Amino acid sequence: MTEPLLTVRGVKTYYGNIIALKGVDLDVHEGEIVTMIGANGAGKSTLMMTIFGAPQAREGRIVYAGTDITRMPTHMIARMRIAQSPEGRRIFPRMTVLENLQMGAAIDEFAHFDEDLNQVFSLFPRLSERAHQRGGTLSGGEQQMLAIARALMSRPKMLLLDEPSLGLAPLVVKQIFDAIRELNRSQGMTVFLVEQNAFHALKLAHRGYVMVNGLITMSGTGKELLASEEVRAAYLEGGAH
Amino acid sequence: MEVFLQQLINGITLGSIYGLIAIGYTMVFGIIGMVNFAHGDVFMVSAFIAVITFLLLTTWLGIGSIAVVLMICLVSAMVLTSIWNWAIERIAYRPLRGSFRLAPLISAIGMSIFLSNFVQVAQGPRNKPVTPMLRDVITLVKSDTYDVTISYKQIMIWAVTAVLLFGFWYLVQKTSLGRAQRACEQDRKMASLLGIDVDRTISLTFVMGAALAAVAGVMYMVYYGVVSFSDGFTPGVKAFTAAVLGGIGSLPGAVIGGLLIGLIEVFWSAYFTIDYKDVAAFSILVIVLIFMPQGILGKPEVEKV
Repeated sequence: MTEPLLTVRGVKTYYGNIIALKGVDLDVHEGEIVTMIGANGAGKSTLMMTIFGAPQAREGRIVYAGTDITRMPTHMIARMRIAQSPEGRRIFPRMTVLENLQMGAAIDEFAHFDEDLNQVFSLFPRLSERAHQRGGTLSGGEQQMLAIARALMSRPKMLLLDEPSLGLAPLVVKQIFDAIRELNRSQGMTVFLVEQNAFHALKLAHRGYVMVNGLITMSGTGKELLASEEVRAAYLEGGAH
Repeated sequence: MEVFLQQLINGITLGSIYGLIAIGYTMVFGIIGMVNFAHGDVFMVSAFIAVITFLLLTTWLGIGSIAVVLMICLVSAMVLTSIWNWAIERIAYRPLRGSFRLAPLISAIGMSIFLSNFVQVAQGPRNKPVTPMLRDVITLVKSDTYDVTISYKQIMIWAVTAVLLFGFWYLVQKTSLGRAQRACEQDRKMASLLGIDVDRTISLTFVMGAALAAVAGVMYMVYYGVVSFSDGFTPGVKAFTAAVLGGIGSLPGAVIGGLLIGLIEVFWSAYFTIDYKDVAAFSILVIVLIFMPQGILGKPEVEKV
């Protein structure tokens, strides 16, 4: 197999003296959808932010597209065509939807802004209706769409999504997951997805990891993890709808 | 009525100067949540740069055209003051980023003391006068007892302030540079996730604030015809009051606050007693902080969760 697009090896991250990641290893290959499931506080979002160097890993190594990015400043990592829709969405509340999308295209120098804008608007038609509304006034689902759309505006090779289904109605979740599948299929976009909604995520993903207390405890294909007793007991029972 | 009109004209002129300085406070507060107490002294330094440039051009080079001289003064003050403020941020504030909240504030107070003392030592403690300029007036209203006039320099101050505020507004609202600046103001971490160099954007904010303070510095020199090393403090604190009154973090608020403080000060001097004009202006600060801490335009929009 070829070199993975993203390699994480032995990564340890601390908040002050509190350890959040206790040595994480994972690989994401080009063209894959990989998901990471785990309970609240397991360290999923910390891993997403550590990949972007905010906070930086205290130990271990993160390699993206052949470059060691462990000690790179956050904005330089973003310029390597890796985009993130972060935890809590982090829409710019006092900017319009259009301005939020322009921010997403900031590293691109607006070379193909109109084309990309049309693409995200066809993916999320809701956003084109709201183009001149302030980000802070959107509903939760619309903000989530905007966060993903903003990440797409930089034409990333790899897309990191932190809980895109959080707090959304099932219909909107389906819409967002369909969009992710479509991006992967039609453009071969690599997606790394962190989810609590394990059932949907594992159905969507090619491969998955399970994180418990800052450590990866299981990995396998989406189907294997869906079938696993432990995963079913911990993350799916009563939640498979 | 005539007195009122005249004071209105004077108040708007003074308020324009306060407004220009207030923008520097409000922008820096908006982006890094710090009150840059050295900003008033940056304004004073810019006024000195303007005076020195003015004297160089008029006495040494003998340039007669006042328009040319003022234009060169304005440009050189804006450029040099921007460099000053850029350096101040690099030396005194950036190393303290991520430190406890009071650290950059204390550093700013130190920088303020340094700047006024530096100018006192380098330029001497005495007032520096320049030859009065643009003294002609246009009479707007004539009456037996009182003529309402507007001087050329007041017209110039209004015009330059309006043009530069518009240019500045355009820069912040319509260009990608300004958009990056606003993004950092709203969510620094997210801006960096999108590839924005936050440190560079913060430097840029200091440069923009200094450039506008330099405009105020040149206007101050033209209006009063004299500058002193201690001129940073009082206008600085008044501009800070203006920023708080308008709603700190809000750019239009800074301009509105500046105009209000200018008007309050001038009307107080005209109708009550000139000795207490600073008391009047600062009482506003106290009253605003107690009853309306968010200011006039602070945090206007409802944000959904």
